[in-house]
Amino acid sequence: MCQVCGCAITSPGEPVVLEILQDLLAANDRTAAHNRAHFDEHGVLVINLMSSPGAGKTALLEATIVALRHRYRMAVIEGDLETDNDAVRIRAQGVPAIQITTGTACHLDANLVHQALHELPLGGIDVLFIENVGNLVCPAGFDLGQHRNVTLLSVTEGDDKPAKYPVIFRASDLVILTKTDLLDVMDDFDPGRAAAALRQLGADTPMIHTAARRTPFMGSWVAWLDQQVARHRAPRYLPMATLAARVGA
Amino acid sequence: MQFAVHELSVCQALLIQVEELARQQAAAAVVRITIDCGPLSGVEPTLLKDAFAIMRLGGIAASAELVVASAGVSIECLECGGRNETRPNRLACAACGGFRTRLIAGDELRLRSVEMRALDPRPVWVA
Repeated sequence: MCQVCGCAITSPGEPVVLEILQDLLAANDRTAAHNRAHFDEHGVLVINLMSSPGAGKTALLEATIVALRHRYRMAVIEGDLETDNDAVRIRAQGVPAIQITTGTACHLDANLVHQALHELPLGGIDVLFIENVGNLVCPAGFDLGQHRNVTLLSVTEGDDKPAKYPVIFRASDLVILTKTDLLDVMDDFDPGRAAAALRQLGADTPMIHTAARRTPFMGSWVAWLDQQVARHRAPRYLPMATLAARVGA
Repeated sequence: MQFAVHELSVCQALLIQVEELARQQAAAAVVRITIDCGPLSGVEPTLLKDAFAIMRLGGIAASAELVVASAGVSIECLECGGRNETRPNRLACAACGGFRTRLIAGDELRLRSVEMRALDPRPVWVA
């Protein structure tokens, strides 16, 4: 401020403070919204799968494809630091898979997904799974344009994971306890404790059990997916302002 | 560009925003950047500051200070209406034990303000 008359003109060299209040990841969020618009245009339900490395994301996807291949047209975007091993596994199931190798990056962001989505025939897909980089920290902060977040917790990890990684579990619409066929031998993992830690995060996030290997047990995962697809396909009642903008009024 | 440790990605997004603001204001230098970074934002202030110390170099914020403010975590219970401050992994209501709560503060990751020094606008008179 000018020291002589108090006007708003700053004197040379005097620091000016600008109040901004803008989200730091606003640029990523804009790209994510753009991705979501692409998905919505084609009626694709997009599910972001997150977990620590080795929790069984790819195995769950393989079993899901086997269980649902006659019901939905599916596709997968795979995120890994290196190799296209996971995409090869998915393609072996007869489903299109795009591998994103992030190099040193610990998470997928909206830009990487945007590049991948244009390689997919979106018009011929009902459900797109994005298998995020195995990591319980970084992926949580980056919106990709997905409709649902699903976090896997394998019973070979600690049952206090939701308390240790509240950001990612709080952002989840569903938590899947994987490898539950090992519960008999993993006697230090208590599903009740995991559920209690999850509920402490202030949401009624459902937790379901699966075991994708040997005799696949999908629990209520398939029913949950059916429900999300049905909800996604249901006609949406848009606010008048949105409708007006759409018809160009 | 992408980095391991997502604080580097966040720091880069921050610097892009700040440099754009400095360009709009035709600033000579950025003095101080203040951000709000809640415990549930998923960003670790120490790592962000480390990233900033390196990534600011060579740009308009090269000598800028980064202030990371956190208001802590607070919730409002949707069952009993109670409000309380709490920890990031205790988001259920402390009063009634209800699990349906709304986060009032704690997940923000926001550029709050940028302090910058203007270019000297005085004309230079040559005798």
